[in-house]
Amino acid sequence: MGLLGWFNHDVITVLDFNREDFEVLFSEAVNMEKYAKSRLDILNDKVLALAFFEPSTRTRLSFETAMLRLGGRVIGFSGTEATSMAKGENLADTIRMLDSYANAIVIRHSLEGAAKFAAEIAESPVINAGDGSQNHPTQAMLDLYTIWREFNIIDGLSIGILGDLKYARVVNSLVQALSYYKVKLHLISPELLKPRRELLEFMNSRGMVYDWTDDPHNVIGDLDVLYVVRIQRERFPDPIEYERVKGAYRVDLKLLSRAKPNLVILHPLPRVDEVDFTVDNTHYAKYFRQAGLGVPLRMALLKLILKGGD
Amino acid sequence: MSSKKELIISKIRDGVVIDHIPAGRALVVLRLLGISGREGFRVALVMNVESRKLGTKDIVKIEGRELTKDELNLVALVAPTATVNIIRDYDVISKFKVVVPEVIEGLIKCKNPRCITNQQREPIRSRFRVVSRDPLKIVCEYCGTIHELNDIEKSLGVS
Repeated sequence: MGLLGWFNHDVITVLDFNREDFEVLFSEAVNMEKYAKSRLDILNDKVLALAFFEPSTRTRLSFETAMLRLGGRVIGFSGTEATSMAKGENLADTIRMLDSYANAIVIRHSLEGAAKFAAEIAESPVINAGDGSQNHPTQAMLDLYTIWREFNIIDGLSIGILGDLKYARVVNSLVQALSYYKVKLHLISPELLKPRRELLEFMNSRGMVYDWTDDPHNVIGDLDVLYVVRIQRERFPDPIEYERVKGAYRVDLKLLSRAKPNLVILHPLPRVDEVDFTVDNTHYAKYFRQAGLGVPLRMALLKLILKGGD
Repeated sequence: MSSKKELIISKIRDGVVIDHIPAGRALVVLRLLGISGREGFRVALVMNVESRKLGTKDIVKIEGRELTKDELNLVALVAPTATVNIIRDYDVISKFKVVVPEVIEGLIKCKNPRCITNQQREPIRSRFRVVSRDPLKIVCEYCGTIHELNDIEKSLGVS
């Protein structure tokens, strides 16, 4: 794709983009950090629709903040109770309507493939803010951006991903995004939450270097980045299965006693109990910085999509 | 065709003969082509007969129904060895080996219940991309779920 390739482009999966596109995005995001608490009036004539069919705090509010900081306006809903979906309107009709009102649509939906379907219907660009257990591309872009901001480089890092590797969509998107870089991946999860076959086959097809363990102690000393995700209770088809794995892992000071001094801990948040609160005060904890960078990263994304690069 | 086989099935005048179907798969082939037998046209099935190429094979003859090459290529999903003979006035007017298409639309239901294509109230058709022909592996374009031959057979209701 390359420079200017973001303009008017849908963001359905990270695989719609390449490493060069990420570099364009990241350098734009560094610039946007200057305006993340002020205002840059470049999207004054634009309206962004936020269609959140599923709960969200950070993703929705950071998109909203990003659009407002760029001088644009936001319409939308969160949850379907107050919309005509509650009267039985389908996704296709809802998207057609938003498409006629807004310049771009951000969608989060519980069903896999919903964002791709929405993009086929809408003429305006559609940004996937999470579809079921499948993709969450802007989170993965934010994760990579945070890693890059911490280390100035992504190639050569040893990255551990701990938690629900089966149902967490951020894991899917993050691994896909990391496939553009030369990293070593340590996958850490309870046996029941190992990555799905689709992801394993993807890593193999891309020749990615990875291993799997059920115990973070086995690999903690090798890690530059420890990325933690919560167990995705809402995606378990069987509640008994959830009971079996809940609380299966926890990042605490004891685990970190064997960590490299410059280890960076990331988490897409929300967390349940997988990262102990005592970790928040250590220099390893970068998940709040990560959440904060969500605004400049999404400002950069919205600018590139709605206005193009310059 | 040997005279022995002609005892089983006579020649057709206009239609399609699908030969070299792996033994036992003729019913799946019919299902795949959307032929239930209730449509009224003549269909003949031969199952588990000797074949020089395959050891044993099935043959399907369909009379009086036009099938496009695209439709017939779908047969390759479950019968990759199949050959198709198009018959006009008792003569074979064209003959080809089926080839698995790159994209399969609408025919197969995605096995992921959380896939958007399984929403009945949305104007959407399933769409799969073939990632491997041997062994057969297709991927849902919407949710990324991998499907193999047994999933396709299940979707067609024949496993």
